Amino acid sequence: MKYISEFRDARLAQHAAREIAALTRGPVRIMEICGGHTHVIFKHGLADLLPPEITLIHGPGCPVCVTPLERVDLAIEIARREGVILATFADMIRVPGSRSSLQQEKARGADVRMVYSSLDALELARRHPHREVVFFAIGFETTAPTNAMAVLLAREQGLRNFSIFSNHVTVPAAVRALLDAPDVKLDAFIAPGHVSLVTGSDIYGFMAEDYGKPVVVCGFEPLDLLQGIAMIQRQRAEGRAVVENQYRRAVTPRGNTRAQAVMATVLEPCDMRWRGLGVIPGSGLALRPAFAAYDVMARLGLREPPALSDPKACECGEILRGVKSPWDCKVLGTACTPEKPLGACMVSSEGACAAYYQFGRHQREAV
Amino acid sequence: MCLAIPAKVVALNGPLATVEIGGVRKSASVHLLDDVCLGDYVILHAGFALSRLREDEARETLRLLEQMGGLEPGALG
Repeated sequence: MKYISEFRDARLAQHAAREIAALTRGPVRIMEICGGHTHVIFKHGLADLLPPEITLIHGPGCPVCVTPLERVDLAIEIARREGVILATFADMIRVPGSRSSLQQEKARGADVRMVYSSLDALELARRHPHREVVFFAIGFETTAPTNAMAVLLAREQGLRNFSIFSNHVTVPAAVRALLDAPDVKLDAFIAPGHVSLVTGSDIYGFMAEDYGKPVVVCGFEPLDLLQGIAMIQRQRAEGRAVVENQYRRAVTPRGNTRAQAVMATVLEPCDMRWRGLGVIPGSGLALRPAFAAYDVMARLGLREPPALSDPKACECGEILRGVKSPWDCKVLGTACTPEKPLGACMVSSEGACAAYYQFGRHQREAV
Repeated sequence: MCLAIPAKVVALNGPLATVEIGGVRKSASVHLLDDVCLGDYVILHAGFALSRLREDEARETLRLLEQMGGLEPGALG
């Protein structure tokens, strides 16, 4: 068992596709919350295997995409400071701020380093004791514990030149905001697989119990998504709305309690502004006051930046809420391309627009 | 970003592990996972193992997939 190729078996994909077709009656709108799921769907052409009654709506589960303009600008301001090494996940480097991007700043001489892990940022702090290493810490609950762990290790190792710029967001509050929004119409949800490694599958209970929506936690291989959609359709056919776990080989109901404890020790809920969704109370995670020494806001005397609007032509906001499709955006593929992105949804490896541009254009005559 | 992949644990040294993915070895942290053993498959994200993969559950998932697709359209009325 290698856990990858087995879950890409074409014959089993056909089984799942037949099951979905047999269970589908009438239009249904299913949101996959996670950008990673959006990409798997597109990369493997899964929508082509589904009956036309099923519409897949792409959700805001892309931490790069939902980072608002003013926070990108603040990261740029931090990177420009004398003596700072700004360590960032590679995805953020090309996201446009209001005037520049971290990549452009790097070209102009700012010390911006791409890292794969918060541990790499820690290593930079160890190797450069006279530089101020700031880690652009983005992510959902999958990544937040790993970033929090770096803060604990920094404290343990007595590092005095390491801090994080915390831009963490959490899933439940955002999903509740979507469910409460009058213009967002969704019938069921594919819940994020890797967020759920940490949180456990039980946290989505409110979606079924309070809103009557079927929820299935899915893995990231094509068969996982197809099986998950079949499970949703079965619930709907049987008039049920519960949380089910398709990704049972990795996800448990209570999740990773050690990772949860690390998060809770270092981070606390805060209000956060999301591109497209506005301010959602309690949807972010900030460093607890006890860890102010590792909070770049405290260390560099920075204030929360005022909200900035996206470029007028950019529809990322509406796309992230699921009320518009990337095809509705007039600049997709013209003024906004992966080479010259206008918005984060085109830059991110999990962005809906990037997925449509890279994998979906065969469905259109001309974009 | 939530990219995470299955990796096999081939060496352990306290909170650090060496994992293997497709023949390539890299180091990973097991700070966030208890009781990791050599030979375990874990899900790796941003340098950290976040969960152990359970072979019995994986086989059960595949078994359920085998069973799918046998319904006649409209069988559930």
